[in-house]
Amino acid sequence: MTETTTPRRAVPLWIQIVIWIFIVGLLAIVALGLSRRQQGTVQPGQKIDDFTLTLYSGYELGGRSEIKLSDLRGKAVVINFWASWCKPCEQEAAELQQAWTEYEPGGEVVFLGVDYVDTETDARVYMKKFGITFANGPDLATSISQYFRIRGVPETYFIDKAGVLRYVQIGPFVKVEDIRAQIEPLLK
Amino acid sequence: MIANLGFGVLLVTFFVTLYSLLTAAFSNPKAFARLFRSIPTPRTQRWANDLEKLDTPQRAASMVESARRAMLLTFPLISLAAGLLIYLLVNDHYEVQFVYQVTSRSMPTYLKVTAWWGGQAGSLLFWSWLMSAFASLVTLRKWDRDREFLPWVIFVACFTLAFFIGMTTFYENPFKQFYQTPTGVEAYFLQPANSILFTPQDGNGLNPLLRHPGMIVHPPMLYLGFVSFVIPFAFAIAALITGRTDDRWIRLTRRWALWAWLFLTLGLVLGGRWAYDVLGWGGYWGWDPVEIAAFMPWLTGTAFLHSVMIQEKRGMLKHWNMILVILTYDLVIFGTFLTRSGVLSSVHAFAQSAIGPLFFTYIAITFIASVALVIYRWGELNAEAEMHSLLSREALFLFNNLLFMSILVVCFWGVIYPLTSELFTGAKVTVGPAFYERANGPLFAALLFLMGIAPLSAWGHSTLKTLGRAAWKPTIVAVIVTAALYALYTKNVYALIGFFLVAFVILITLYEYWRGARARQKSKNENIFTAFWNLTGRDRRRYGGYIIHLSMALMAIGILGIELFQIETQGTLELNQRVSLGGYDVEYRDIARFTGPDGREVTRAVLGVYQNGQYLGDLHPRIDYYFDAQQTMTIPGQRATMKDDLYILLVNWEPAAATGATFKIYVNPLVNWLWMGSLLFLLGIFIAAWPDKDPQRVAVRVEKSVRQVSAAD
Amino acid sequence: MKVSTMLNKIRNTKYAVLATILLLFVTLLAFNSVSAQGPEPTDDEVNKIAKKLYCPVCENTPLDVCPTEACRQWREQIREMLIEGKSEQEIIDYFAATYGERASGDPRDKVKAYLIPIVGILLGAGLLVSALRTWRKPKAAEAIIPAKDAGDVHQDEYIARIEAELKKRD
Repeated sequence: MTETTTPRRAVPLWIQIVIWIFIVGLLAIVALGLSRRQQGTVQPGQKIDDFTLTLYSGYELGGRSEIKLSDLRGKAVVINFWASWCKPCEQEAAELQQAWTEYEPGGEVVFLGVDYVDTETDARVYMKKFGITFANGPDLATSISQYFRIRGVPETYFIDKAGVLRYVQIGPFVKVEDIRAQIEPLLK
Repeated sequence: MIANLGFGVLLVTFFVTLYSLLTAAFSNPKAFARLFRSIPTPRTQRWANDLEKLDTPQRAASMVESARRAMLLTFPLISLAAGLLIYLLVNDHYEVQFVYQVTSRSMPTYLKVTAWWGGQAGSLLFWSWLMSAFASLVTLRKWDRDREFLPWVIFVACFTLAFFIGMTTFYENPFKQFYQTPTGVEAYFLQPANSILFTPQDGNGLNPLLRHPGMIVHPPMLYLGFVSFVIPFAFAIAALITGRTDDRWIRLTRRWALWAWLFLTLGLVLGGRWAYDVLGWGGYWGWDPVEIAAFMPWLTGTAFLHSVMIQEKRGMLKHWNMILVILTYDLVIFGTFLTRSGVLSSVHAFAQSAIGPLFFTYIAITFIASVALVIYRWGELNAEAEMHSLLSREALFLFNNLLFMSILVVCFWGVIYPLTSELFTGAKVTVGPAFYERANGPLFAALLFLMGIAPLSAWGHSTLKTLGRAAWKPTIVAVIVTAALYALYTKNVYALIGFFLVAFVILITLYEYWRGARARQKSKNENIFTAFWNLTGRDRRRYGGYIIHLSMALMAIGILGIELFQIETQGTLELNQRVSLGGYDVEYRDIARFTGPDGREVTRAVLGVYQNGQYLGDLHPRIDYYFDAQQTMTIPGQRATMKDDLYILLVNWEPAAATGATFKIYVNPLVNWLWMGSLLFLLGIFIAAWPDKDPQRVAVRVEKSVRQVSAAD
Repeated sequence: MKVSTMLNKIRNTKYAVLATILLLFVTLLAFNSVSAQGPEPTDDEVNKIAKKLYCPVCENTPLDVCPTEACRQWREQIREMLIEGKSEQEIIDYFAATYGERASGDPRDKVKAYLIPIVGILLGAGLLVSALRTWRKPKAAEAIIPAKDAGDVHQDEYIARIEAELKKRD
């Protein structure tokens, strides 16, 4: 299929160019895919792009069933990725809720639970079990988790009032103090 | 101590390999002189002059010899490193990170040995060891007729080896040990300051999936196939570099390619068998990217085996064969890369490992360099003959190549599509079996058809009339067989097309065989069996090939059976309750839970199997829970016949108890033909690839006879 | 937007259905009936759909054989949706919308998925055809002549060939 039509002659330049463009393109795709895999999660210091989180009914934020990150400018945002099937998530659920009840009256901090690859039925059972009251919603089409490039659940992202990521927690929190320790700097 | 020694041996091996490849390359200063000559600056011209002065035959010969010996030295060196690693594995040296990762005290000794290739670092060492063994074998042969190839074959082999050994030494070293430092326990090559050796009590244990006998042989087979394809590649590159572009390199590596193909095919079949026995999804092939990674070099390799025949007989397709062997080589590395770098599985495993970019760089360099070489030598690889007929054997081989390449395109796209989709649209996609089956189904059917008619066509010229004359009898029988199947077995159109093609291939191939034997019987007065035997012995490649075709047709029966007629049911049974599927009645009789000797808890159900009220025996599906690895395996209970397999799984996500257990029951029709076919395949390839007494002389003789009888095969 | 309204719709109907199921369950209990026939789908019906879905938690493992908790929940979801009377396509669409395209084992954008391989194959076929044509040209005239009588002699020619081979090599 690549036998030359005119033997004893070199490959025409334009064919050479086509071949090289093809090869480089192919390699570039694999390289980009690979570098994406190597990146890890979004790094602290990065400004987080706007995204929309649809909220479960009963877990709305200020009566709104849909919340944009940009709506929360001026407030510190704690984004917690979790799932009802995830055992380690259960370790920190009570602590997160406790931290939320502490910060809720101040109005300076918003907690957003992003439910990763979960069914609503089971999510509700889980939230009820741990008495969770902060805003929660499904990660529709896994677009939010893809943006943050999460590597698993639970992971928690701390965003300051200007919308810049300040800290990433991989795995569950053990103590409420640890959560507080990450929120306090965001309020200054 | 031993771990340090092992690390030292690896380091020495790496430098020996480097020495070998550099010496081999510089034994031929003319090549570099030519390179410098092409750059028109005074300085490079001067270098070129100096280099040409260096080029004396004695110096070249001694350098090549030195490179050859260095390369031969790598095999005992890597064997020593491997021996040390096995010693560490067998003797529970958990202070070594690799040993900790893949073994545990409860594992039997043979599993501790095979754990060598059960983890990343070890399997790379294993790859290197095989590579070195094959390269040594090649350099040990007589080289008098092909002196000029030798340095470049050594160069390519050592280049590949250096990459793998380098990676094993510097990035994925199996001899890294745990050290307790003030900041915690970590694995290091060398003892850091202020630290003491840390020895865990027990290891993680081998991944239970890898403890199956099938998995013990499957990776070595696959790796053997991978590694032996490096040899034809090395010769191809040597031919390109030296400019000796006749088909000598193909004749020299024909058998290597066949053996490589044997191992690769066996590796794939064993992988399928392993999946069938262990993975517990009722099938043998799931179009998983990892499987496809091993399948792609098989496709190009198979295409290569066919198209080299055209070059040998007709002197055509020289470019194409080069491209195929380069593709095969890089797909081999790409396959290893895909499975090892985590580029496909996003969340898990090796995502942060440094070997991903290294593999990528290596593939990019070798691929670009090889393609550049082909383009450079393009004009010298001219075709010698012309094509006379679209139905001649060479034309049919071309169609065969087109089909294999098309399947490759489909598979490659299926693997790469999720990557491109994520890059360009941000949406991740899954490319599951439905895509591959839909796209490849017609291609496989066309391949079967070609497999049927190709043996009938002659080199040079064939027409519809000649083909029709040879094919009409088997075709009629195939039609009758299909009609019978329609009446008795199935009305499924795809199945009928498939079975017709299978019958077509088998009948034509047997008919061809029979005609040959009859001709021999008449002319030589042999009885028919001697005639068969001698016929095969006379042209082993051809008749071995026919047997391989037959085996592929048998495998196709199995594939058609399981793909089109598999039935399954899932249900929760109480004790003594029955369920029926596909003519079988299955009764849940008993369940027991006990602890096995090698650190696992076994939950084993007993099911009685009945057919038409007749008791056929018990089946024992079970769930094994491995304490060390904290993983479960679901092992099916199987009852295999040529008609169908009864395949029962104990579902591991539901409670399994006497009060009720959930079973998944499959009836997999005809799947046994797949395994039968693979046994026949073995026979065929042994016939085709077994070394001749004097390969050099036979090759010359065949060449002569080909020239004299152009139609002869 | 579309997705969220759809989701709301699904959610609302789901509650209604859940309530009716509960009611049904209670009545069934009252009648002391053992098996809940009718709306309750069998495992096989669930698996038939699950076969075509892939959960992001365990990549490349079809849902019907995946043992993880997340996948068990998904199968439960399929069961609930079947009870609601959803068709197979509706269920797959729902999963693709909720969990992203990759939940569907078959690429949903058929054009994008199949265009490139088809173009690639056609390109290869085109190259082959053009190569064959250039190879045939020079000897096209000669090729016709042997082709004509080759048909009649094929049978004998084949035997002759084998005999010739035998003589040569023995």
